[in-house]
Amino acid sequence: MSYGILFDSVRCRQCGGCVDACKVKWDLPDRDPDKLSENTFTTLEIHDGHPVRRMCMHCENPACVSVCPVRALEKTPEGPVIYHADRCMGCRYCVIACPFSIPKYEWSSAVPRVRKCVMCHDRVSRGKKPACTLFCPYGGIQSGPREEMLAEAKRRLAEEPDKYHQHVYGEREAGGTGVLVIGAVPPERLGLPVNVGDDPLPEKTWAALSRLPGVVGVAGAFSLAFWWVVRRRDQVRAEEAAAFAEREEKARARVTRREKQEVNS
Amino acid sequence: MSQSALPRRRSFADLVARLPLPKVTIWRALAAAVIGVGLVSMIRRFALGLGATTNLTDQYPWGLWVGVKLCGVAFAGGGFAITAAIYLFGVERLRPIARPAVLVAGLGYSCFIASLIMDLGKPYNVWHPMVLWNHHSVMFEVAWCVMLYTTVLSLEFSPVVFERLGWSRAYHTAKKFTIPLVLAGLMLSMMHQSSLGSMYLIVPNRLHPLWYSSGLPIFFFVSSIAAGLSMLTFAFFLAHRILGRRLRRDILQSLAKASVVVLGVYFVMKVFDLLYRGQLGAIVASGIEGPLFLGEMLLGVLFPMILFARSAVRNSKNGLYYTSILVILGMVLNRMNVGVTGFEKSSGVHYFPSFEELSIAAMVVTVGFVVFGLAAKHLPIFPEDYRRNSRLEHH
Ligand code: SF4
Ligand code: SF4
Repeated sequence: MSYGILFDSVRCRQCGGCVDACKVKWDLPDRDPDKLSENTFTTLEIHDGHPVRRMCMHCENPACVSVCPVRALEKTPEGPVIYHADRCMGCRYCVIACPFSIPKYEWSSAVPRVRKCVMCHDRVSRGKKPACTLFCPYGGIQSGPREEMLAEAKRRLAEEPDKYHQHVYGEREAGGTGVLVIGAVPPERLGLPVNVGDDPLPEKTWAALSRLPGVVGVAGAFSLAFWWVVRRRDQVRAEEAAAFAEREEKARARVTRREKQEVNS
Repeated sequence: MSQSALPRRRSFADLVARLPLPKVTIWRALAAAVIGVGLVSMIRRFALGLGATTNLTDQYPWGLWVGVKLCGVAFAGGGFAITAAIYLFGVERLRPIARPAVLVAGLGYSCFIASLIMDLGKPYNVWHPMVLWNHHSVMFEVAWCVMLYTTVLSLEFSPVVFERLGWSRAYHTAKKFTIPLVLAGLMLSMMHQSSLGSMYLIVPNRLHPLWYSSGLPIFFFVSSIAAGLSMLTFAFFLAHRILGRRLRRDILQSLAKASVVVLGVYFVMKVFDLLYRGQLGAIVASGIEGPLFLGEMLLGVLFPMILFARSAVRNSKNGLYYTSILVILGMVLNRMNVGVTGFEKSSGVHYFPSFEELSIAAMVVTVGFVVFGLAAKHLPIFPEDYRRNSRLEHH
């Protein structure tokens, strides 16, 4: 079972309680309240009066996890995508690969970490709700098994079709995400990236990477065969040359013997 | 009179006065200055961290050093191409450049590794890919290939060192492994030359459409051969002009001919790719990307290809020299475009490397050239240096 979060832009009253809860839970400094950074894992953005939560989407098939060369990022079976600072070597591939521009880096630190929302994995894995979804009094943000959240989102869209734009953002985006967003306007007007496509990004890489051993294996075998043929050709040539030289030698020896016989006779 | 005939006692001052002084030439002074400044920047980078010394940000997490990494590996392409041609495909004529090719490749990889160490936020964890495997990560695969291929290159190069030391047994033992090493080198290079391109497959929305293509792995692999051949030609000229090593024009001409084929294949693939993806128009779209792309494709690929195809150019020393420099510049531009400038538009910010980034990159490259010069001078790399050595027979 994968855990999910549902954000409802229509119900949200923009109180910002979820953002504060995150800061408290993770003991983050008050800096950068309005933009994601090493100090802020989630924000509440207002686009044309429509609120939207920005946070790690906890992709079902996350680009960040697929690119990390040292498994510092991990998609847990419970759903949250978490980070192991002790494994990370700081290549920042995850920062550049995430289609939602989520992971942030501690640029000013001498031992920098990648920072992002981890869906309060410590709580979720114990069956508790993420901090940001605990207190929302309006039903703007809530959490539970992803399927339930998805069903709830669809129920709201169906119940009040004139209030909602009929699309659950995150149902299919980037292969599906743990965080789902519904609202009164299309996702692009909420400032959500709509160019991420429906296929998980890691598939693009895997399409090339998985073919590599085959291609390289064939090329290697071909090269080896070529080497063998060249060597064989050289060997045959050398043998022929040797045989030829031997014949020459024998012929000359015969001639010399005959000459000797003639001289002796 | 008899006084002056007595041998004088040598004082310490005399000894110091007799120490051989390296000749100060403008190039040496320049190299020393670049390395000196780079060292200071390096100390600053590790003492103060990435944020304080680079212009990298969350919007622009990869910069100049990643570009240098890509270039270093690209210019190492001659290593696998030449050794495979000689030992696997029987192109005997190229044998005199086997050692320079392996040396240049090794230095390319050294530049990669040095830039990587500068660039990593936690460089002391650089070995983690050895124990923490993620075979879905292109960078994991690149890490392994670089580790293995650097080992292969060292082993391929070891006979040179053994020869210099006069270790005949070790020399002959090492020589026995040539074929497996060359084959491993070819396969490893195919894997990670292409994988450096695959690394960018995951950023379809960030890398500018002029460069983002599912063909990136193939483009990187093919262009690394052209880059490698030209860098090898350039290295030959350096050894010729600075150390007086013989310029093997016959061989450089063969390399030029091979470059025509490689550049031609590369150019056609790139054009078809643009047509196939319908991105031809992106060249004339506003922004700096169009001119950069044209620069790399026309001045760095098409123009040198036409030049190399003319025998008048191939027969001229200057023709070989300047045309290979064009290819080198074109390849640098390409790798910088894919690794750095191609992200500018989508990032929404402007990135230009900081002084520390620039000076460290300059230092890494300069050290590469200095080591090439030292190795070429003191080790039997070029044919005339090892022919002299009669103790060990050569193949
Ligand atoms: S949103 Fe980005 S950081 Fe979060 S799981 Fe997806 S790819 Fe990873
Ligand atoms: S920066 Fe760290 S977490 Fe991100 S991809 Fe690199 S090693 Fe993995």
